[in-house]
Amino acid sequence: MAEYDRYLADDSRGDFKQRNSILEALHLDGWLLLLLMTLATFGLFVLFSASDGSQGALIRQSRNFGIATVAMLVASQLRLDTYYRWAPLFYVAALLLLVAVPLFGVGAKGAQRWLSLGVIRFQPSELMKLAMPLMVAAWFSRYGMPPRPWPLLGALLIIAIPAGLIVIQPDLGTSLLVAASGLFVVFMAGVSWWYITGAVALFLMSAWPAWLFLLKDYQKQRILTLLDPESDKLGAGWNIIQSKTAIGSGGWSGKGWLSGTQSHLDFLPESQTDFIIAVLAEELGLRGVIFLLLLYAFIILRGFSISVSAQTSFGRLLASSITLTFFVYVFVNMGMVAGILPVVGVPLPLVSAGGTSIVTLMLGFGVLMAVSTEKRVITQ
Amino acid sequence: MAPRDAIRDTGREAAIHRGRVLTASLIVLLALLALFYRYYGLQIINYEQFLTQSERNRVRLEALPPTRGLIFDRNGELLASNEPSQLLAVVVERAGDLSALLDRIESLIGLDPEERIRFQERRRRSRPYDAVPLKLRLTDAETAVIGVYRHTLPGATIEAQLTRAYPHGELLSHVLGYVGRINTQETRRIDEDRYRGTFHIGKVGLEKYYEDALLGKVGNQNIEANAHGRVLRVLDQEPPHPGADLELHLDLELQRVASEALGDQRGAIVALDPRNGGVLALVSKPSFDSNLFVNGISTEAYSALRDSLNTPLLNRAIQGQYPPGSTVKPMLALTGLELGLITPETTVEDPGWYRIPGDSRRYRDWILRIRGTGHAPEVDMRMAIAESCDVYYYDLARNLGIDRLSEGLAPYGFGQATGIDITSEQRGILPSRAWKREQLGQPWYPGETLSVGIGQGYMLATPLQLAQAAMMLANRGVAYQPALVRRMGDEVKAFPPRNAVVADPAHWSAVIAGMMDVVHNPTGTAAAISDGLTYTIAGKTGTSQVIGIAQDAVYDEENINARHRNHGWFMAFAPVDRPRIAIAVLAENGGGSSAAYPVARKVMDAWLTRGQDG
Repeated sequence: MAEYDRYLADDSRGDFKQRNSILEALHLDGWLLLLLMTLATFGLFVLFSASDGSQGALIRQSRNFGIATVAMLVASQLRLDTYYRWAPLFYVAALLLLVAVPLFGVGAKGAQRWLSLGVIRFQPSELMKLAMPLMVAAWFSRYGMPPRPWPLLGALLIIAIPAGLIVIQPDLGTSLLVAASGLFVVFMAGVSWWYITGAVALFLMSAWPAWLFLLKDYQKQRILTLLDPESDKLGAGWNIIQSKTAIGSGGWSGKGWLSGTQSHLDFLPESQTDFIIAVLAEELGLRGVIFLLLLYAFIILRGFSISVSAQTSFGRLLASSITLTFFVYVFVNMGMVAGILPVVGVPLPLVSAGGTSIVTLMLGFGVLMAVSTEKRVITQ
Repeated sequence: MAPRDAIRDTGREAAIHRGRVLTASLIVLLALLALFYRYYGLQIINYEQFLTQSERNRVRLEALPPTRGLIFDRNGELLASNEPSQLLAVVVERAGDLSALLDRIESLIGLDPEERIRFQERRRRSRPYDAVPLKLRLTDAETAVIGVYRHTLPGATIEAQLTRAYPHGELLSHVLGYVGRINTQETRRIDEDRYRGTFHIGKVGLEKYYEDALLGKVGNQNIEANAHGRVLRVLDQEPPHPGADLELHLDLELQRVASEALGDQRGAIVALDPRNGGVLALVSKPSFDSNLFVNGISTEAYSALRDSLNTPLLNRAIQGQYPPGSTVKPMLALTGLELGLITPETTVEDPGWYRIPGDSRRYRDWILRIRGTGHAPEVDMRMAIAESCDVYYYDLARNLGIDRLSEGLAPYGFGQATGIDITSEQRGILPSRAWKREQLGQPWYPGETLSVGIGQGYMLATPLQLAQAAMMLANRGVAYQPALVRRMGDEVKAFPPRNAVVADPAHWSAVIAGMMDVVHNPTGTAAAISDGLTYTIAGKTGTSQVIGIAQDAVYDEENINARHRNHGWFMAFAPVDRPRIAIAVLAENGGGSSAAYPVARKVMDAWLTRGQDG
C-alpha cells in the first residue's frame, strides 16, 4: 500500500488526479477508455466502407456500441467481491443456458448456437466467455496460488464441461476460445511450467488421433485449405485467396477509404464481419494495419498493467486473463484473414459488425475497470 | 472479499503473477510482430502480385462483336439482314448444378438433345464467367416463360443478339448461301480473336466468299464487374467496325421473274449483263430456305435436304455439269471460219446421218427421227446454226480434229472455273487428247471428236459457263469476269474487259446472223418464242443426252425414266445490236430445249421491256 500512498501524496500528480476525478467517480480507467473509444471510432469508419456506405449498418453498430458502453459502465460499478461471490452462480447459469441450446436453440448454417428470447437472439457461448474467467479466477483465489494438484484438476473440469458443450453444437472455434479464457487464468495463477510443458506435449501427441477420429470433414477442410488455398480456388480456398488479394493489393497506403475494389465488388466474403480487417488493409494499407495493431497493443498492455497493480489475486487473475483472451481474438482473426490460421468464426474485436461480441468484450473491459478502481475502494 | 485461507502469502502470489504477465506480454508482442510481418509480406513484398490479381478480378476484357455487313440488290433491296432476337445463355460459373439447371430449362421451354450437345461444345471453348449460348432465337413465349422463372434459374440470362435473316428465303439461297454456327473444324481454321463474341460464319455462297469483308472488326471494352459477374461500368471502349455491306449486280425483281419462269422445273438460269459481267439473276431449282441453317438445322431436316433425289442443296448454276449439246455450235462455226475450213457459203450434204469414211458407224442427226431425212439436201452454216444441223457439225468437227476443236472452244472458258464470287464452282470438262490421256489413260478416237462437235461425249459445262459464252458472243469476243458483287463497302468492284476471242467482224456477223435465225426465222429451233418480240434475240438451243442411245436406237421420250430424259438448253443474248442481257437456261431432264427457251424469253422480256437499263 506504500506505493499507493506515495501516489496519492505526490503533489505533482495533483492535476492529473483532478482531471481524473470524474472518471474515478464513474470507476473508469481513463487510458483504457480513450483507447477503446479510438478503436470504436476507427472501426466505425472501416465498417461504413465495408457495408458499401450503408447508414443502416453504421447506426446499428453505433447502437451496439452504445449498449455495450452502458454494459461496461454497469460492470465497472460493481465491486470485485460482488463478482467473486456471484461468479459460481453466473457460471452455472451460463452452463444451463448452454445445455438449453441443443434443446430449445435455433440453428443457423448447420449448427445450433443461438437461443431466442423473444426479441433478442444471443449465443450462450458468448456469455461463457465472460463467466469462465470469473469462475476460474474465483476458484484459484479461493484455493490458493500457485495451484495445487486437486484444485487444478477441479479448474480443468470447470473449463472442460462448457468447452465440451460448445464443441457438440458444433463450434470448435468458440469452444477453443472459451477453454483458452479459462486456461489463461490457470496460466496466470502460476501453474507449474512442468504442467504446461506436459500439456503441450500431450496436445501434440493427440493431434494425429484427433485428426483421424474427432475432427469433422469441414474442419479438416479448413486446415487443408489453409495449407494450400490454391487447391480449391472456387470452393473453400476462395475466401482465403480473396482476402489475401484484398490485403496485398492495399500496399503501404491503400486504395483509399471507400475505394477498395475487392470489398466493394463483392469478391471479399463476410466483409462486414469476420473479414473486415481485409477491407481495412485494402483501403488504408499497411499504415492502417499498423495503426490498428498499435491500438490493440496499447489496450493489451494497459490491461496487463491494470492486472499487475491489482490489489487482490482475484482481480489480478481476472484482469490478466480477460486481456489475454482479448489478444487471442485479435491474433486469431487477423491471422485467419491473412491466411496463417484456419478459418474459425472469430470477429475482429470492436471492429467487426455484431452486437453480442461487442457487448461481451465491453463487459470484459468493464470488469477490467472494476479491477483498476478496486485499489481505491480498499484504501478508502 | 474473504479468501478462505487468510494467511496466504499475497506477496508471493503477486510476484508469480507479475512473472506470468511479463511472459504473456512478451508472447503478445512477438505474436503482434508476427502479424505485422505477415501483413508486411502481403502488402509490401508481394504487393505487385496481389494488385495484379485484384485488377484481374475487377476488370474484364469483353468482346464487342461487329455487326455483319448487309447484302443489297442493285436497287437497294435488302437481301440479307440482321434481325434482333433473344437468346438464352448460361454463365456456368453462376449456375451451380449445371445439369439440374439444364433439366429445369428443358422442362420449361424444351431443349433438343442437339442443343445440349452444342452447348457443351461451346462451353469447352469459353471461360467460366462467359455467357454460353444455350438456345438461340427464343420465341416471345419462351422469353416470357424464362423471364417469369428467372429467379429459379441461377446463371441463366437472356441476351439480345442480331441474327442473320434472309427475307427472300428460297429465292436467293443459291446466291447468298447462308451463315451457320461456327463448328469445330472452323474453330481450328479461323483467327479466334476476330470471332470473339461472334457465333456465326459464312458457310456457302456469298456469305462464305465475302466472309472476311462481311464479318467486320471486333471491338473491345474493359468493364468493371463484381464477383457475381454483373457489369458495373465500362472503363474504356474500342467500338467494333461493322462488316462491309455488299451491293449486287443482281436484280431482285428479275430474279423473281426467272425463278417463277422456271417454276417447278429442275434446272438453272444465269443472266449476265454483257457490258460488265454482272450477274443479273442466278437461279437454281429446286432450292431451300437459307434461314433454316442460321441457328442450326435439325438433323432430320438436313438429311431430308441432303438425301433428296432432287438435290436442292446443289447449286446447279455453278456446280451442275451437263453436256452443253448444240449450244457449242456457233462457237465451232466461228472457229471453222477463222481457220478457213469453211466459209458462210460452204454447204454440206445432209441425208440425216453422217459417216466417217472407212467407218461403218452412222452418226445420226436429231431430225432423222422426226422427218426421216435431213434438214435439207445441202446445209450451209447459217442454216446449220438456225436448225441445229448435226451432220454439218459432224463434218466440221472431223475437219477440225480434236486439237483445233478444243483450242477453239477454250477461249470461251469451257473446262475452266469462271472465277465468279461464290464458292464451290465446278469447272466442267473441255475434252482434248491431253485431257483423255491424263484422266482416263486412253488415246483419243476420231469418233469421239464428232460427239464433242455437237457438245456431247466427254464435254461438260455449267450453266454459268454457257452464260459466259453467250456474253462473249454478244460482245463479239470481249469478256468480263462474271461477278455477283458490284460494290463492297466503299469499294467498287469492276473488272476490265478482256479480248478473249479475236475474229474477223464478218465472221462474227455471220455466226450471229445464224443465231438470230434460231429465234427469228420460222424454221429456227426456238422460233416458238418469236411471237410479239419487241427486240431481237440471238440464241442457240441445245439438247443433251443423259444416257447414251444405242446406234440406230430410237429415243422414246414417253417411255423413258424421267431422270434419263434429255436436258434442254437455251443460251442467248439480246438485243442483238446493243446487248444488255446474256442468258443461259438449263432444264434438267426437261426433254429438250423447248423446256428452256420460253423461260429465257420471259426473263429477257422482264429485263428489256420494262425500260430499265441497270
